[in-house]
Amino acid sequence: MTAAAAAPPKPWWHQLLGFNLLTGVILGVGGWYVGWFGAHAIAGPSVDYFGDIDYNELSIYLAYIGGVVGFLVGLGFFNYPIARMRGYPPSLREKETHGWIRYFSLCTDHKVVGIQYLWGIGLFFFIGGLNAMLIRTEQLSPHSQSFPMGTYLTLVGMHGTMMMGMMTSGILGPFANYLIPIMIGARRMAFPRIEALTFWILMAAGGVLTTTIFFGGFPTGWTGYPPLQTEASPGMDNYILFFALVGVSMTLLGLNMIATILTMRAPGLTWTRLPIFAWGVLSTSVLMVLAAPVLIAVLCMGALDRTAQTSFFNAAAGGSNYLYENLFWVFGHPEVYILALPGFAIVLELLPVFARKPLWGYRLAVAGLLGVSLLSWFVWQHHLFVSGINGDLRPFYMLSTELISIPTGFTFLCGMMTLWRGNIRFSVPMLFCLAWFFNFLFGGLSGVFLSDVPSDVTTHGSFFSMAHFHYTIMGGLVFTFFAAIYYWVPKMTGWQLNERLGKIHFWTMFIFFNSTFAPLFAAGFLGQSRRTPVYTGNLKFLNDWVSISAFLLGISMLIFLFNLVWSLAFVKKPAEANPWASRSIEFQLPSPVPVHNFDRIPVFSGDPYGYGEGPTPHWVPAGQPAGRE
Amino acid sequence: MASEPTAARPPHDSTNHGLRVIVAWLVLSAIATPLIVIFVGHLIPPGDASTQGTEQVFDNTWMLGIITPILCLLAVFFFYGLRSFHAAPGSAVVDGPPLRNDSRIQILWIVITSTMVLFLAGFGTYELLQNGAGGGQGPNPIAVPAGHKMQVQVIGQQWQFTYRYPSLGNIESNQLVLPADTYVELHVTSLDVVHSFWAYELGVKADANPGTDNVAFVRTKGPGTFHVRCAELCGLWHGYMFNNGRVVDSAQFQSWASQAKKTYASIKPFMDKPESQGGAPFSHIYLPAPDRRAG
Amino acid sequence: MRLGVKLLLVAVVVAAAGLMIGFYVSNLTTLSGSPSYALPVQQSSSGPVVNLDIETVAAVGPQLSRNPDWVSYLVRNASGQWKRETVWSLPANATINVTIFNFDGASGLRNPFYARPQGMDGNRIMVDGKPVDHIDPNDASHTFAVPALGIILAVPGVADDAKNQCGFAPCPMSNAHRTIKFTFHTTKPGHYRWQCFVPCAAGWIDGFGGPMQTIGYMDGFLNVKKA
Repeated sequence: MTAAAAAPPKPWWHQLLGFNLLTGVILGVGGWYVGWFGAHAIAGPSVDYFGDIDYNELSIYLAYIGGVVGFLVGLGFFNYPIARMRGYPPSLREKETHGWIRYFSLCTDHKVVGIQYLWGIGLFFFIGGLNAMLIRTEQLSPHSQSFPMGTYLTLVGMHGTMMMGMMTSGILGPFANYLIPIMIGARRMAFPRIEALTFWILMAAGGVLTTTIFFGGFPTGWTGYPPLQTEASPGMDNYILFFALVGVSMTLLGLNMIATILTMRAPGLTWTRLPIFAWGVLSTSVLMVLAAPVLIAVLCMGALDRTAQTSFFNAAAGGSNYLYENLFWVFGHPEVYILALPGFAIVLELLPVFARKPLWGYRLAVAGLLGVSLLSWFVWQHHLFVSGINGDLRPFYMLSTELISIPTGFTFLCGMMTLWRGNIRFSVPMLFCLAWFFNFLFGGLSGVFLSDVPSDVTTHGSFFSMAHFHYTIMGGLVFTFFAAIYYWVPKMTGWQLNERLGKIHFWTMFIFFNSTFAPLFAAGFLGQSRRTPVYTGNLKFLNDWVSISAFLLGISMLIFLFNLVWSLAFVKKPAEANPWASRSIEFQLPSPVPVHNFDRIPVFSGDPYGYGEGPTPHWVPAGQPAGRE
Repeated sequence: MASEPTAARPPHDSTNHGLRVIVAWLVLSAIATPLIVIFVGHLIPPGDASTQGTEQVFDNTWMLGIITPILCLLAVFFFYGLRSFHAAPGSAVVDGPPLRNDSRIQILWIVITSTMVLFLAGFGTYELLQNGAGGGQGPNPIAVPAGHKMQVQVIGQQWQFTYRYPSLGNIESNQLVLPADTYVELHVTSLDVVHSFWAYELGVKADANPGTDNVAFVRTKGPGTFHVRCAELCGLWHGYMFNNGRVVDSAQFQSWASQAKKTYASIKPFMDKPESQGGAPFSHIYLPAPDRRAG
Repeated sequence: MRLGVKLLLVAVVVAAAGLMIGFYVSNLTTLSGSPSYALPVQQSSSGPVVNLDIETVAAVGPQLSRNPDWVSYLVRNASGQWKRETVWSLPANATINVTIFNFDGASGLRNPFYARPQGMDGNRIMVDGKPVDHIDPNDASHTFAVPALGIILAVPGVADDAKNQCGFAPCPMSNAHRTIKFTFHTTKPGHYRWQCFVPCAAGWIDGFGGPMQTIGYMDGFLNVKKA
């Protein structure tokens, strides 16, 4: 550092040379064409029945694989392995990247990766949201009008896939990466390069999915059921590659989190003192590590069916679409708890701070999180209640699905009892947490209808189930995602967010979220089928209402975006070290957290929830580096 | 705000908040549950067009009756709690009482939720095993109603459902016509991708899978019409894959059947024999011959 | 950074986002759509009459599509040229005289049910001048079906060993072809989709991808409007 400081300053564009995002994109595009023409050289213009069709699935796969590899080479992910092979000693040099360019390149500082995730995921969240707006535009009329039918299906698929793929890392990516090392008193994650890799693979995946529109899109929605998957346009290959890449990213992210929490806790941080957020991350990570590989496997089978014309899912040649449905939901149901569990954890982490009371029933809360992640493995066939698969197992899946409401109820009980007799302050993060109770209650209770086979026959595949999972995932994950943003972004960036705009954002989002999705329960009961712009005329009023609410919900998101840009780029009011009077350890560090987190490793003497139990114990030893780096 | 919260606790609050919440909850539930069950319950679809539809309405009404007290509990708790336990705006940060646990409440909560869950699962299983509740049960149904059943084959194809009547000489129609007051055994299959046969008013939903025979049972009631639509994304015209079906009385059904036999006589030689008469299972799958230029 | 620079940056980002969203949306709206194509209407004593001439062949050819290998129905416009339009405007309560010129070989029906024409006048079609009430399902090359109007008919294909077969559209009438004629009536206004039930998309697994699932090729609408 001192040598660099002594050297004359280089022009700003000098930083663009070297291994960074720009190089990654250039090499990624190059790798794409190498793969495309390489596959053409191997297989000719087409591997299908007739040689005169320039839609060669193999070329698309190899092109995108080449593109992703080129992207990672350009970012510098291969430098270190090559250096090690050439005999250089192990090091963590990438961590010392500094200046703004570190946000656009491979950086092994967990705090930089956290902020990269926040902006990267945010970008794709807004693209997914834009798709939702376009879907609702089409739904303004009861027949196909605004977009061609095939395009509408692509929009539905893009929205679902984008949200389910990207938002799986919505809380673990930005917040767990940033906070878990700090919360457990460590200076880094267990595998910092893998941590960076998970982010950049996710960004590459996002690029793969958005470019599906150049290959005709895909008609299957986010579930991608064959045989429709097998017969679909080449854009389907983008879906397969996207989800497989997301699966790789999820597996690595989960492994990294588990390793970090298991091995890198500071002295004194016993399992019963671990912040509940870390427990939530741990249970989610276990699900990620075990579920995502199933997804990768099933998508590989789908890709083989499409390129090499194997017959895993082709009933005519001895395969079965049930195989896909089974394997997909073996991943798919833990997946929805991968989305929901971090939300539980954020709510339980934030409630004590704003209710000024200890977390009530810590062990029960942990049991709830672990119980949900355990039970989520035994419920997947409730997605297939009417599919004709294993008819005799339906009573079992009905029971297991309803059993999962018991550990979910633990979270409710612990949260409600934490509020009880508290001294509640309605700050913006707290409002989002309270909204979680409201949304998840409706999401959960509507789930009772879907878990029961006789009433599921009415509601299966209708807008009812669509409203149900938007209540649980948008109401459960996205609301807590915003709670986490309002709570921790001042800590992460060092700048305060505007409270008044935050409250406007909350109330508009809460009202229009409910106004958008509550009527869809009724629409589903009245027989509106999912994933179609066509509905009967008597549902027009409901759908118009929902569409207008959805547009207002979109405006609410723009208010948030304005708040973010306005507060972080223009007002720049410095955040205090501990704006919420929290006892958690990250608020004992300055805002933003210095590069090496702690000068000396902290020693914990209790959990961070001792509100009303005397003055806050200061676990960070004196002598930590102060102020901005 | 950032200053250390005052260690001083608020003066001990002797009000029995818990009792108030429980009393308010019991009163509200006692009023709301019967009102909702009586006035909202019967409005729930799918309606009264078939035995299965009636059972689903009954089932949905029970569910509503069970979730209403839960909704009431949360409503009372949050209404009361957020009004009583909040700090005055702008006041200094004061910690609440450090209550960390109460095993009695935990045990009570676990017992209540477990009982409800087990009851719901038992109730659902009982309802399901009576006659399958109109859902697709796969090729080997476990909930088979007793008595005579008329077989109808539902064939999903991109993008139309057609219906074959093995008992009427294997005629096929693109409109589902069923006799009134009859138990119908639907065999749902698909020729290409996954569809889902949803006869909305009859309360029937069964996925149509290629190569699989998915059986569902429904007992029609009086004459009327019903909607059929596809409930599983099956490609471009998924949304347009709907039609009306009819339930007609037995005399009308006989005349419709004899008329249809005449109408479709010309293509009868090309139809497969029904499975019950030694023909191949209908779920055979078409593959385009690779040596012929498809088109 | 100075305020002006920041504002400029924000403006640039907003403009870039706007451009990208605009590109995205415009790409989506034009991806596979074609505007409604109005067919010439003649008035007669019994109401409006439309003569709808359509042809089909396995490949539409480079003149008519950026997907030259895709199969499509083409429609003849007032000046006698073949156009690749599949969203057609028709008047309500009109008589539609349809002539289909099929230059394509047979590939067979999945479901023999569609071998019986129905929904048109007399539930019969004229194949090369002869009235028929059914065809052999294995001879079917395409179907023309408007399910909401109850119209279904299978189009018999050109014999596999026929001489002088057409390669790609538009085909001259001197090539081997079958001519199918029938008449149907539109009723009330609405959007009625039409499609083909024969999995005839060459090169797609199971024959039902690409053109079979894209409006502008083997799918379209009859937009029936008040006359």
